[in-house]
Amino acid sequence: MVRYIANKLFYTLISLFILISATFFLMKAIPGDPFMSEKKVPEEIRQRLMEQYGLDKPVFQQYIKYLGDIVQGDLGISMKKINQEVSDIIGQTFSASLKLGLVAIVVSVIIGVVLGLLAALYHRKIIDNITMVLAVLGIAVPSFVLASLLQYVFASKLHWLPTMGFKGPLYYVLPVAALSAQPIAFIARLTRSSMLEVLHADYIKTAKAKGLSWFAILTRHVVRNGIMPVVTYMGPMTANIVTGSVVIEQIFGIGGIGKQFVQAITSRDYPMIMGITIFYGALLMIARLVTDVAYGLIDPRIKLNARKEG
Amino acid sequence: MEANQQIKVMPSPADLTADDFARIGADEKQAEIIQRESVSALKDAWQRLLSNKLAMTALFILIAIALMSIFGPLMSKFNYYSNDLLSGNMKPNSEHWFGTDDFGRDMFVRTWYGARISLVVGLVAALIDLCIGVVYGGIMGFFGGRVDTIMNKFSEILYAIPYLLVTILLLVVMEPSLVTIIIALTITGWINMSWIVRGEIIQLKNREFVLASRSMGAGSGRLLFRHLLPNALGPIIVTVTLSVPNAIFAEAFLSFLGLGVQAPVASLGSMINDALTGWLYYPWRMLFPAVLISLIMLSFNILGDGLRDALDPNLKN
Repeated sequence: MVRYIANKLFYTLISLFILISATFFLMKAIPGDPFMSEKKVPEEIRQRLMEQYGLDKPVFQQYIKYLGDIVQGDLGISMKKINQEVSDIIGQTFSASLKLGLVAIVVSVIIGVVLGLLAALYHRKIIDNITMVLAVLGIAVPSFVLASLLQYVFASKLHWLPTMGFKGPLYYVLPVAALSAQPIAFIARLTRSSMLEVLHADYIKTAKAKGLSWFAILTRHVVRNGIMPVVTYMGPMTANIVTGSVVIEQIFGIGGIGKQFVQAITSRDYPMIMGITIFYGALLMIARLVTDVAYGLIDPRIKLNARKEG
Repeated sequence: MEANQQIKVMPSPADLTADDFARIGADEKQAEIIQRESVSALKDAWQRLLSNKLAMTALFILIAIALMSIFGPLMSKFNYYSNDLLSGNMKPNSEHWFGTDDFGRDMFVRTWYGARISLVVGLVAALIDLCIGVVYGGIMGFFGGRVDTIMNKFSEILYAIPYLLVTILLLVVMEPSLVTIIIALTITGWINMSWIVRGEIIQLKNREFVLASRSMGAGSGRLLFRHLLPNALGPIIVTVTLSVPNAIFAEAFLSFLGLGVQAPVASLGSMINDALTGWLYYPWRMLFPAVLISLIMLSFNILGDGLRDALDPNLKN
């Protein structure tokens, strides 16, 4: 098990390293330097600025320094927000994104699994059909279309919920709904098909024959085995919700990292773009790593395979 | 009752002579004759798809949208780029069937034009993914061993990097245009396809027909392209179909960040993004592109599911 985790960790670090390097060199490939914009800056001042940001040194030296800084958690200084550290901005705005994201993940998993389970238990009945129609719709409608639609109907027309901002529990409803729709649809489909498989397995017949109550069979055997594919989906789902939140935060005016990211992209604030990209990258890779390890812990078969491979 | 009656009709055993009997037996020549037209696997799958009403509806909708995206802009006297600030934000009317946007550009023409761009991005990105994925996955699966291990690790490392981040980075650096968007989308998009192909090839390569072909002296290229890939066609088709809506969604997402196609060129994503600013007042500007993009993604997903059922009946749940 330790070896399995170490192996995964090693490859995650390589991926992260590639992302960081790619980010760095791509940004260096942009023609011109950050001080060439709008007003003409006198040559002397430009030299000083370049020195201050370390841009006068050879690219490779800058790269080494950048890597060293990142290891220490320093992502550089924003170019548009004067004298603000990128890591500080991320730190300040992360809590809103984190709250939104965590609520969305929890909601997605609970509703998705319950819907999928119901659909499997009432296979080819009306609940099943409705769930599957919703699932297909949920996968097909892009989150930003859904977000705008929800905002229009529930906030602007019906006035049931606030349109913008992030001040209390009510403010969560629409953004979370928009963010979770796709993961819910996906989880419901995954759960349904895996539960259907489990329900027909021999060990369920054995459990029935033993005289276990239906409830005990459901909780101890069906759900525990049928939940496996959902666990593997946790990594991609986190990615889905994190990238989705970039747009959702923009639509609902939530001051999270996503909004910072959009601002940085539109204002071409390169250190910010790099910083947030690396932060997102690290976050999602950690989510993937945790998923893999969790899967290995739950399913003993994975461990065997890992040993065979390694 | 019936049995009794039949017995009555039949002559009694005593009346029968040897002449009343003829040997029927199995005619070996007849057994070799193929009664029905032989149906190839693909044709069989096509028949199954034809009988799937939902999937056929999706296919029909997609064809209709594709035709409209080609010919729709020609049906109106307006074009997608001309501004007419005096007639901005007009509701749908007899002149402008879908209304106009904030610059007074005709929404009917723009919507179909945008659908054209979105479809082109989706289809071309999916096709490029297909080409790279099939070659890469084919090599991984076919050669196996160390080649497989190294190539697989490489693709896993790439895959661990969230693809939207890579795409965003590339588009920040490159000037956003149709070509750069497609390049950015395909840079990691092929990985999934390569894994599907690899899995299929590994399953197929030890089958008897491959051995037979190899023993007759077929080279690696012939084995791969004449025998292995055609047999892996089912999952490949399904993956391509399902990767089109992903690419369309990714393009819409990028447009949202201002990294999509640049105005006056429109895609469905960029139109939705443009419509967002005034959307509470001018809902029709959002409505048409949003409905269309949802319809396209829905249809591709349903068609993909239908194809999966048709091509691999065992999988059907």
